[in-house]
Order: sequence, then C-alpha cells, then structure tokens
Amino acid sequence: MQLVLDQQQQELRTAVRKFLADHSPPERVRAVMDGSDVTDGYDRELWRRLATELGLVGLVVPEQHGGSGAGHVERCVVAEELGRVLTPVPFLASAVLAVDTLLALDDVAAQAELLPQLASGDLVGAVAVAEPGGSWYTAATGTTASMRDGTWVLDGCKTHVVSGDVAEFVLVHARTPEGTGWFLASGDAPGLRRTPLRTLDPTRQLSRLDFAATPVRPLAGDAAAVLAAVTDRAVVALAAEQVGGMERVLEMTTEYAKVRVQFGRTIGSYQAVKHGCADMYSAVEQACSALRYAAWTADHDTAQLPLAAALAQVVVSPAYFQATADTVVLHGGIGYTWEHDAHLYYKRAKTSELLFGSGEQQRQRLADRLGI
Amino acid sequence: MTLVGQSIEEFRGTVRAWLEANVPTSTDGLAPGELLDVAKRFQAGLYDAGLAGITWPAEFGGQGHTAAEQQALDEQAARFDLPTSPFRIGMGMCGPTLLDLGTPEQKARHIRPLLRGEEIWCQLFSEPGAGSDVASLQARASRDGDAWVVNGQKVWTSGAQWSDFGALLARTDPDVPKHRGLTMFIVDMHSPGVTVRPLRDMTGRAPFNEVYFDDVRLPADAVIGEVDAGWQAAVTMLGHERVSIGGSVRQRTDPLGFAGLVELARDKGCASDPVVRGELAQLYAAERALSLFNTRLQQEAAAGSPPGARGSVAKLAGAMVLWRAVQTAGQVAGPETVAWETDDARAGELATAINATPASSIAGGTNQVQRNIIGERILGLPKEPGSDRDIPFRELKVGTQRRS
Repeated sequence: MQLVLDQQQQELRTAVRKFLADHSPPERVRAVMDGSDVTDGYDRELWRRLATELGLVGLVVPEQHGGSGAGHVERCVVAEELGRVLTPVPFLASAVLAVDTLLALDDVAAQAELLPQLASGDLVGAVAVAEPGGSWYTAATGTTASMRDGTWVLDGCKTHVVSGDVAEFVLVHARTPEGTGWFLASGDAPGLRRTPLRTLDPTRQLSRLDFAATPVRPLAGDAAAVLAAVTDRAVVALAAEQVGGMERVLEMTTEYAKVRVQFGRTIGSYQAVKHGCADMYSAVEQACSALRYAAWTADHDTAQLPLAAALAQVVVSPAYFQATADTVVLHGGIGYTWEHDAHLYYKRAKTSELLFGSGEQQRQRLADRLGI
Repeated sequence: MTLVGQSIEEFRGTVRAWLEANVPTSTDGLAPGELLDVAKRFQAGLYDAGLAGITWPAEFGGQGHTAAEQQALDEQAARFDLPTSPFRIGMGMCGPTLLDLGTPEQKARHIRPLLRGEEIWCQLFSEPGAGSDVASLQARASRDGDAWVVNGQKVWTSGAQWSDFGALLARTDPDVPKHRGLTMFIVDMHSPGVTVRPLRDMTGRAPFNEVYFDDVRLPADAVIGEVDAGWQAAVTMLGHERVSIGGSVRQRTDPLGFAGLVELARDKGCASDPVVRGELAQLYAAERALSLFNTRLQQEAAAGSPPGARGSVAKLAGAMVLWRAVQTAGQVAGPETVAWETDDARAGELATAINATPASSIAGGTNQVQRNIIGERILGLPKEPGSDRDIPFRELKVGTQRRS
C-alpha cells in the first residue's frame, strides 16, 4: 500500500491550493453562501474554471469520455483542498456521486452521453437515494418506477439530495416491479418538483425532490452493486473533504493560540489549550492515514475498499466534528461569532458526519465488513 | 545465509518460512529464566537467518536493507507472537541511539551482540525525583582522572534484572542549568557497585526495578556522544523510544487487542449484540488508524523525512487505544471482567491487562508530556515559562525533596 503522495500528486495539491487561495477566498465563499454574489447557490464561474482550466471535475472519468483518467487518490487530493476552504461548488454531487454512478452502471449510451458533459462542467449531475424518514443506507423503498403508456415514470420523494436544486439531471435509485433500478431524470422534467431544504450547513445545499409521474429513462446495471460501489467511493471522497477541513481548523486554532494573549501570555503556552491542539493534531494524522489507505484501495485493491471505506468513515467523521467543536471553544467568544469562519466548519462537519448514515449505522457497517 | 538479490516477494517468503519453522508455539507456564533462554535462542536464530536489524548498517552487523524489507518483515511477524520482549529496549532505543551518536569502536563492540540477543540493554534515565522532568536527575558522574565514578539511584528500569548493559544519564556538571550538565554513558550492568532490586507494579508483577550505583567506575570511552551533551543524546533516545512504543506490534494473543476481544465475544455468544459490535468496530478503527499512521511514518522515513516528534503521536494514540480497549473489554466480558472461576485463565489475563493499562499513559513520557511535545515541537506553540531554565542545577528544588 502507498500512504504517501507521490511527486505528481503533491504538485496537484500545490496547484489546487494556489488556485483556490486566489479564487475561493473566505469572502467569496461567504458571498455565495449569502446569495449576495450569485443566485445559483454555487460558484458557477469557479466551477467552470475548475472543470475546464484545471480539469478537476473529470479526474476519474476515462479519457475516452473526456476525463483525465486519473485515480481516486488524485480526486481525494482535490476534495481535500476543496474541504479546506469550503468552496461552494457541486464537486461531491457531480464529480463524485454522479460520475461514480455512471461509471458503475453498465449503460454505455448514458456514459457516452453524460460523462463528457459532467467532465467539462457543462452539466451538473446529482444522485438521489435517501428518502424522508430514512437515510442513505435504507435506500429506495418508497419511490417507484413503473411503465405507463410505453414510458417509464417515477413517483415518490427523495430527500437530502446534494446539489439537487441546481443539477441539470438526477440519477435516481428507485423500486420497480422487478426490484431496484437506476433512472435518469432531467432536472426540468415535468412532474419533478425541487425544494431546497433549510440546511445546517449554509455552504452545502440539500434538496427534496418530489416525483409525480415524472418521465425517466431506465439505466442498465446491477442496481444494488452500483449503490454499494458508489457509496464506498463517495464516502472516501467525503472523508478527503473532511480531512482537508480538519487540517484547516487545526491551523486556525494553532495560529490563534500563538497570538491571543490572556493573563500576560499567549494562550497556546497554557497546557489546557496546547493539549487541545495536540489532540487535534493527533486526530488529523490518524484521520489522514485512514483516508490515504481508503483512497489507495479505491485505485489498487478494490477487494479491500468496502472495509477501508467503512474504516475511513468511522475514523474521520466523528473526528472532524470534534475538531471543529474544539476549534470554536478554543477560540472562545470570537469563535462563536457569525463573522468568524469557525462555525462554517462546525456546520460542514456535522452535515458530513450524517450525510451517509448516522455514526451508529457507520459502526455497524464496519462491523459487517469485519465479519463480526 | 545471504538475502542479497532477493525481490521483496522472495524476501517475504523467506521470512514467512523461517518464522513458521522457528517461532516457539507456546511459552505458557515457563519461568522467567526459561523464557529468557527461549528468547535468546530465538533471537540468535533470527539474526543468523539474516532477519534481525533489517535496516541497520551492515558494517556493524545489521542487514543494510531498506524500510521496504522492514515493512515486509513486520507484516509477516504480525501473524506470530515473537518472544522478543527482552530485546525491545536495546533494539528500539539504545541500539538506534548508539548508531546515531556512538563512536565506531562502540558500534563495533556493541551492535552485533545486541542484535543477536547475546547482550541485553536497559535504559537508566528516570529517578525518584526526576520523572517527566528527566533533566532534573541527581545521579552524579564525577571525574577521576580519565575515568568516571557514578553514584545515585535510578527507578522504573525495565529489564534491568537481566540486562548486560545500560544507557545511563548522569549529572556531570551541577554548576550549569539542568539541561547542560548531563552526560550519557554505557554502563556494564555487571560492574561492582551496581545493585538491581525488583519493584512491583500495580499488576503485582515486577517487570521493572530500582538500580543503585555505589562508586561504580566507568572508563573514559563509556561516554555516548559528548561530555555534558547528554540531554541531546537523551532527546535522541526518547525520540526512538516513542517511535518504538507507538509502532510496536500488538501481540496476537493480547487480551485487549481487537482480534482477542472478537474471539472472546464469539465465545461468550455476544458478538451479534449491536452494542458489542459497535464497540468492537470502534476499537478496530482506533487500532487500524494507528497502525496505518505508523505505516505512513515508515513510508515517509523511507522517502527521506524522518518522523521526528511525530513519534509522540503514535505513542499517545497507542495509549488512548488501550483505554478504549478496556472499555470494550468490559462490554464483552461483562461480570467476568471483575470476578471469574479459578480455571478461567483468559479472564485472569484480561484482568492483568486492564491493570497494566495505565503504564502506557506514563512510561516513555506521560500522555501530558507527549501533548507538550506535539504542541511545542510540531505545532510551534510556545513553552510554559520555565522558572528553572537558567538557574544552575545545584540551586534548584528537585522532585519531592530539597537538595542538601
């Protein structure tokens, strides 16, 4: 296994970090978040440049479909950088979930048609799995696809769909008379109502999608296997984003502890604060190690991926939230203000922790994969 | 036996075959002396097979291989319980420090017998008055012509009862601030004036000792590194210690290891209880994250960036994993954690392991010391203002006593 980034991967990281420092500073993130700059809910101009200038959206898309044919390790490097600065772009929805679903399906026509447009940033895709009252893991029970007058239509409700409000198309996991399947719905299809939810995290949009006799196109593939493959890979990409956020809050807290003076000396010289920072560092290092392993298995040892992905999730998800909570508290009053960025990470961390199932579901999933 | 020209896969095969043929199947019920004989025979065989000191320089008796071979060996060794615990301090701490700082003569004299298990080493740092604040130690080494005379007391000395040599930290100049007047020496533990007394720990066993020095004479060439530069030598050794402790392989039969607790849960019929499953999964995650971190450190070291103070992360995380395991064990073993039938040997081993758990948060630097190291040396946070840093040692208050 390889847990250290090679030269090229490090260069990729440096380039992405530089680009985001120049084009996605905190004030830009906030402008998008407040809707004071763009009204799309995401930074459309930045997204276009990430896709076209840097080729980051189609990283794992094969070259024949207009991508760069790189690996999950590279995609995780990018996700880590986006997670560091909370850039509001539909990377998780489009470059991860939608791309991975199309790649895992056997539908050559859909791949040829959609992957190039995802890679170029011309289209944003979303993936709809969870339903009200359920979670990502208790997928597709209520939404049904059926044949009516010679076409497939979808009825039901999906929720917590990442970037579901802005996507040009949605890949939907639904029940059919013969079992589960995947279906392609256009974002502006008749009978599809998209309602943005109020979200804990103002930098990541989640939506409810109501389908009422919405015309859809069935996609070929083993639905359950696709869902499992997509979930594992998405969990790993999300873990990368989470690790990036952890690294950033550790930096913020450490920097602040070096300059904030109370009782005549910098607070970082007090063990109470220093040890909090040290624990955060220790957590970041372990989270990063679990992430690197999971990303490596996605490229080189897919037999181990289900275990490695579940492991990464159990290690990283609670650790990120803990790090952000500690960040707010170690900053004291200033960390609790709207003006300070600490709360953005706190909210992102809680959202990420629960996006693909609760902590208990994650632990049980890991136990399953350990054969316990 | 030579391993030159082997690929990693061939090397891995060689290691596996040798371990399968040579690891003692069971050492249960052996007296400590018998265990030591078994350990020494095993280590000599390991060395003669070219499998000890994998990355150590060939000119002093090591194998001169890369971290890749070491990793291959570690992976294979993890499938066995190797009887090598008496050599842990020599191999993990004293030997690497000698390689870093020793003279060519010291390396030529000591490294090969250390690797072959012929000579066992211990570390003589801590004292009753100097625990976390090791630099405040009081053992004195006074010049006598070219030689040195040592007086004082050390404590918590693991393995001193069977050690042939020790790495001793002693005060050579009490008139300068505490960090500046220390020197590290090689001590022959069989020298006149060295007395080793066993010390019982909270498990009831006596794995460590008090060591007394009464006018013990050391030759001039016993100094490791420079005279009065013992603190730098100590920091070097403590760095090796943290990596060694944090990276140490869990015994497969470790009662507080994930594998052992899963087996226990199955035997007790509680392995399908969701609470137990969740606890076990969490323990696995903690163990695995740490071992992956250690692998990452090794790979970074192989790529040219040594772990430095990050060994403290492994050390701290290792201690925290054990606390989690104690919690999981209680969930799995239930009431038998605290009271068990006389013939239930496994419950007895678990109880001993629970009683031994605090040691990991103390020995080799407490968790608090590790957090200070991480905070100061890695994150660059300022030190606490020290009231003693610039004061000559002889004017300081030390430990719980007032110096006369």
